[in-house]
Amino acid sequence: MNPVPTAPEAVPALAPAAAEETAAALARDARRERRAALALALPALLLVGLVALLPTLWLFGLSLVEGESLSLAHYRRLIEEESYRRIFWTTFEIAAVVTLLAAVLGYPLAYWLSRLSEPWAGLGLVLVLVPFWTSLLVRTYAWLVLLQRRGLVNQWLLALGLIEEPLRLVHNWTGTVIGMLHILLPFLVLPTYASLKAIDPAYPAAAASLGASPVKAFWTVLFPLSLPGLLAGCLLVFVLALGFYVTPAILGGGRVLMVAMKVQENAGLYLDWGAASALAVVLLLATLVIFALLARLVPIERLLVGRS
Amino acid sequence: MHRTLLAAAAALALGVGPALAQQKLGFTSFGGAYQEAQRKALLEPVAKELGITWVEDTLTGIAEVRAQVRAGAVSWDIVDLGLADCAAAQSEGLLEPLDYSLISTEGFDKMAFDTHWIGIIYYSTVLGYSTEKYKDKKPRGWKDFWDVEGFPGARSLRDYPTPNLEIALLVDGVPKDQIYRVLATEEGIARAFEKLDAIKPHITVWWKSGAQSAQLAKDGEVDMLSIWNGRLDTVIKDGAKAAYSYDDGILSLDCLAIVKGSKNKDLAMKALARMVAPDLQANMPLYINYGPTTAKAFETGKITPEMARISPSSPENAAKQLVIDARFWAANRQKLQERWDSWKTR
Repeated sequence: MNPVPTAPEAVPALAPAAAEETAAALARDARRERRAALALALPALLLVGLVALLPTLWLFGLSLVEGESLSLAHYRRLIEEESYRRIFWTTFEIAAVVTLLAAVLGYPLAYWLSRLSEPWAGLGLVLVLVPFWTSLLVRTYAWLVLLQRRGLVNQWLLALGLIEEPLRLVHNWTGTVIGMLHILLPFLVLPTYASLKAIDPAYPAAAASLGASPVKAFWTVLFPLSLPGLLAGCLLVFVLALGFYVTPAILGGGRVLMVAMKVQENAGLYLDWGAASALAVVLLLATLVIFALLARLVPIERLLVGRS
Repeated sequence: MHRTLLAAAAALALGVGPALAQQKLGFTSFGGAYQEAQRKALLEPVAKELGITWVEDTLTGIAEVRAQVRAGAVSWDIVDLGLADCAAAQSEGLLEPLDYSLISTEGFDKMAFDTHWIGIIYYSTVLGYSTEKYKDKKPRGWKDFWDVEGFPGARSLRDYPTPNLEIALLVDGVPKDQIYRVLATEEGIARAFEKLDAIKPHITVWWKSGAQSAQLAKDGEVDMLSIWNGRLDTVIKDGAKAAYSYDDGILSLDCLAIVKGSKNKDLAMKALARMVAPDLQANMPLYINYGPTTAKAFETGKITPEMARISPSSPENAAKQLVIDARFWAANRQKLQERWDSWKTR
C-alpha cells in the first residue's frame, strides 16, 4: 500500500503558502494517477463484469426459478436429498486431502529448487511446468493406463514380487486423489518457490551467525517468511480442486461423485438449469465461507499479493 | 431466381434433367458406422423408390430436437433417437403423430412403437465375460453375475439406473413379463435396490460410456460386465478374449420419428413407412450387428442363419431377453436417477 503523499512537513524553510500549493499539486497528481490507473484497468473490469459477474448473477437468478415462478424448490431438494450432502462432503474432503498432500510434497520440492544454483534451478522449474503444458485429459488417461489392474505399476510390483494380487489403485478414491494431486501440484510449487526466492539470503545467514542450528534457522526464519507463498498455493489448489470434473469422472470409476459432475448431469441430461445453478451457487457460497473463515486466521489479501 | 437458373444450367450441363424434380428429405442420426449402415440399408433404397434426395445430419440426442422445435426453426424431417428420448420427445410434444394407416407394425413387439415413434433397431445389454478367466464354467445370465463365490472376479455395471433395476429384479426371480409391473410400485423399486446392495461391493467400475465399457473389456480391467452387444462384438473382433450370450439380455431400441413442424411431413411419413418395413430392415445386419425391430425381417431370406444366430433380435435370441419399456423410463428417469446417485454414494 503506497501512502498518499502528504504535505512535506519536513521542509519548514518553505513559506506556508508555497507549502500549501505543493500539497495541492501533489494531491492533484495523485488523483490523476488514480484516474489513469482506473482507465487502464477498465477493459479488464468490464470483461470480468461481463463474463464472470453477470453470468454468476444470472445463474443465481435461475436457481430461484422453478417452471415459471419463483421458488426455493431447487434448494429444498439439495437439503432433502441425502445424496447431495454426501456429494458435497466428498468434494470438500477430496479437495482438502489433495491440498494437504500437495503442501507436504510441494513445499520440500519448492525449497530444494530455491536452493539450487543456475542452470539447475531453471531446469527444475521447467520440469515442474511441463505437466502444465500437457492436456489435462491426456494426463488423466495416462494415470488410468499406469494404475489399472494390468497397468504398468501393478505389473512392476508383481514382477518384483512385492505384491501377489494387483492393487486397486484406480477407479476409486485413491486414483482420483493421485490424478488430481499430479495436476494441481504446480499450483502449489510455483507460489511457494517465488516466496522462498524472495527471502533475502542474509536473514538465514544472520540467524546462523547468531548461533541458530540449520533446523532452527529454517523454522524460525525461513519457514515463517515463506508461509504467505505456501498458503497462497494451498488456497489455489483447494479452490481449483473443488471444481474438478474430468479427473474424478475418469479415475473415480463411478464411485467418486463430485459437485461438478452432478452439475453436468443436471444441466446436460435433464436440461434442468435451475437445479444445476442451485448446486453451483451452493458450491460458490461454501467456498466463500471457507475463504472468510481463513481470512480471520490469516490476512488473505496479504497472502495473495505476497509480503507488503 | 438466380439459384433456379444456376440449378437448371447445372442440370442441363450434367444431363440430369429429372433431378430437378427430386424432392429433398432430411435424415438425422448418430453418425459413424451406424449412420453409414443406415445409409446403405435404408436410405439408398428409399431414395431410389421415392425419387428423393436425402440431406443427412447428425445429432447427439433430444436436446437438439427440442431446440429446433422451441425456436420454431425446424430443419430436420426424420430423426433417430435413443429409447428414453423417443418417449420423452413424444410427451413433450416435439414429434408429429405417425400415420399407422401407412406404417405397418406387423411383427413388432408392442413395446417397440408408440403413437409418435417407431423402433428401427434393437441392441442388447448382455453379460460379457473374459474367456481367459472363466475357461470351464461360463457365466450364463445375471444370476451368475451375482454369484460372487461361484464366479470370483472383478465386475462392472453401467452407472445408470436402467437397465440395472431390471437386471436386479431378474436376479431376484421376477419373471420377465412382470418386471415393469413390479417396478411401478415403491416396494418394487426398493426391492431392486436391495438386490443391487448385494452386488455393489463387488463392482470395480461403474461405466459411463459405451467406449469406456469396451475399453474395460479389452484391457482386462474387469472379468465380467454388462455391455452393449455391438461394443463387445468390436472388442472380440480386435482380439480380446471375451464372449457373451443373449441369455437374460436386455433389449433396448432406437426409434425413428418425424420432428414436429417438419416441412415435408407427408413425404417423410411415406419414407419412414418404407424404412421400417421388413424387407429394408433386413438389410441392416449386412452392415452392422443391430437387430431389426420386426420379426418379419427374419423371414425375408436376406438374413442368413449365421447372421440370425448373433443378431440381438432374431426370434430365438429375442425370446431369451427382456424388452425395455421406454414409457416407464421417460416418466421416471429423473426421479430414479436421483435415487441411483443417492444409493451409490451411500
